[in-house]
Amino acid sequence: MTQQHLTGAEIIMRCLAEEKVEFVFGYPGGAVLNIYDEIFKQDKFKHVLVRHEQAAVHAADAYSRSSQKIGVCLVTSGPGVTNAVTGIATAYMDSIPMVVISGQVPTHAIGQDAFQECDTVGITRPCVKHNFLVKDVKDLALTLKKAFYIAGTGRPGPVLVDIPKDVTANKCAFEYPKEITMRSYNPSGKGHSGQIKKAVQLLLDAKKPMIYAGGGVVLNDASAQLTKLVRMLGSPCTNTLMGLGGFPASDPQFVGMLGMHGTYEANMAMQDCDVLLAVGARFDDRVIGNPGHFFRDGRKIIHIDIDPSSISKRVKVDVPIVGYVRDVLDEMISHIQASEKKPDAAALKAWWTTIKAWQSKNCLAFKPAKADGRIKPQAVVQALWKATGGDAIITSDVGQHQMWAAQYYPFDKPRRWINSGGLGTMGVGIPYAMGAQLANPDATVACITGEGSVQMCIQELSTCKQYHIPMKIINLNNRSLGMVRQWQEFFYGNRYAESYMDALPDFVKLAEAYGHVGMKIEKAGDVEGALREALALKDRLVFMDFITDETENVFPMIPGGKGLSEMILAEEL
Amino acid sequence: MRHILSILLENEPGALARVVGLFAARAYNIDSLSVATTEDTTMSRMTIVTHGSDDIIEQITKQLNKLIEVVKVVDLTDGNHIERELMLVKVRAAGKDRDEMKRLADIFRGRILDVTDKSYTIELTGDSDKLDAFIAAIEAGTILETVRTGASGIGRGERILKI
Repeated sequence: MTQQHLTGAEIIMRCLAEEKVEFVFGYPGGAVLNIYDEIFKQDKFKHVLVRHEQAAVHAADAYSRSSQKIGVCLVTSGPGVTNAVTGIATAYMDSIPMVVISGQVPTHAIGQDAFQECDTVGITRPCVKHNFLVKDVKDLALTLKKAFYIAGTGRPGPVLVDIPKDVTANKCAFEYPKEITMRSYNPSGKGHSGQIKKAVQLLLDAKKPMIYAGGGVVLNDASAQLTKLVRMLGSPCTNTLMGLGGFPASDPQFVGMLGMHGTYEANMAMQDCDVLLAVGARFDDRVIGNPGHFFRDGRKIIHIDIDPSSISKRVKVDVPIVGYVRDVLDEMISHIQASEKKPDAAALKAWWTTIKAWQSKNCLAFKPAKADGRIKPQAVVQALWKATGGDAIITSDVGQHQMWAAQYYPFDKPRRWINSGGLGTMGVGIPYAMGAQLANPDATVACITGEGSVQMCIQELSTCKQYHIPMKIINLNNRSLGMVRQWQEFFYGNRYAESYMDALPDFVKLAEAYGHVGMKIEKAGDVEGALREALALKDRLVFMDFITDETENVFPMIPGGKGLSEMILAEEL
Repeated sequence: MRHILSILLENEPGALARVVGLFAARAYNIDSLSVATTEDTTMSRMTIVTHGSDDIIEQITKQLNKLIEVVKVVDLTDGNHIERELMLVKVRAAGKDRDEMKRLADIFRGRILDVTDKSYTIELTGDSDKLDAFIAAIEAGTILETVRTGASGIGRGERILKI
């Protein structure tokens, strides 16, 4: 039988079908016209036309975060790629598996400063896990196979494949490799058994154990294992911003999120524990603050991570374990089950007494508003949690509202909390909700945002209309760039340089102009009713503009460069 | 502390840029870098001389290993190794300096590759210290031009870097 000869564009379609891609988020342009022509002819996946390439990448990113599948997006050369860079860097910082296909000018024009040419591989190199320029159609299928393989294995991340226009037109025989091995890329899977045994010993001997779990638990679908281990050990557990939902927030052993805006009890327990188990987390600056301050003589640290370079990067650890967190946790659990030694009940009791004293500070308390008073942003998040039964997928943008969402919407399940943790990209909220809603058509998806962030990708309201995405936008409108304003209030003598939002649009009319429902809520007493009303509109996007108390700040707070036990609490001001 | 890293990587376009970009992006130092293909033309061998604390060198090694095209990384400073660097130096060699320059080149086991009435071009190989010593030994004013390759390193004895 003679092999079928296909064009590059046809090969791309076949590869995406082989990878069982459901959605491609993209935007057409000159260099990708051959590819779009094939998209027109196929029905294996659905193409989602965004209004700006940045949103295509964010949507593919959230599709991945909320479904554990690999997100795929497609952009044209030049400005298509440069617009996508923010999205790619966002996904890279949070280790999100994604394949970005970009068009490139024809091979003979590369380097000639052709129309819409840019050095895509060069521009994206520092913010991808890997990238490829395909110069020969014969390499196309193998390269795409590699791209999906690299994106989804090891520490996941975005992989970009740059495809010149002539390569999409040239023909060759098509064969999609079933398996792939690369001599230069073999992510190690199972952790070292000796190290795992050592870790279990330390944890069983601990008087004040603490478990600190990050995004790696969510990415590797290790929530069940984490939950089991924490319960077996009887220790407190905290989640990072990226790890929320990795351990159920309603569990009594959960002490809340840690870090710059983490709970008093989580931060104090991090600082005061005698054995710390870090799972799929990386001790970053927003989590432990100043590494010098974090250091404690005698405290043992165990660190499980798939990426060896995350280990001992900011904090020296005693027991490093490189491997998939799920496999390592499984092995730890079986060691504990087999062990005759049990956790020290008396020590744990004393440890929990200390923790309960920290918890009694009630660090997330805020002054409730009167029914006709100004809306407290924290109360809106709490009301949303109540109205959605705590089971919505929540996306957020970046700023105060993001922290309030993380603090006041407790997540019991992973992949329900979608935010830009590493890069801190304003504008992700709406496209994240698009991607999450498409991956989870039956879920309630709400985007908690602010009037600053939401305007950074507001054009996507048009995409939402086209694809009937019924997200609920919770705009916590305080007429200022709240987090910037908070820092200016604390550290810059109340000089609010450029942190005010003047000339805001009428968001109700704006939503209506895009064909959606708009609501403006100004009184604290109206919040719950409005949310119920909006959530009842199941098939409509509702833009809810909550006019909130602009004097509210995010507490607790660790000032930049300070240590975990140097928090500012609301009550102290 | 000075470290000499040996890296085996895929001989692919962009692989060098990835290594160099990594050093730039993470503010690591490159004192010298040399690279060429190996007997297996699909693979390149790179030697990077860098310096930093143990923590930084550990991160450099880990980050290099993370690059998809990097097959293996070895810190040659961890064991016995040989390193050599090649230098071509063009010096003024006229009048009374001419004989002295020839003598110095001999002492350093240099070879004179090119001669004019007024200059010698001397080839020297050795570790970087030896080349530095030669530069220090001759009068600065006589140096017309120098070009150095950066160090290449290899482990001593049975120690090999191969896939």
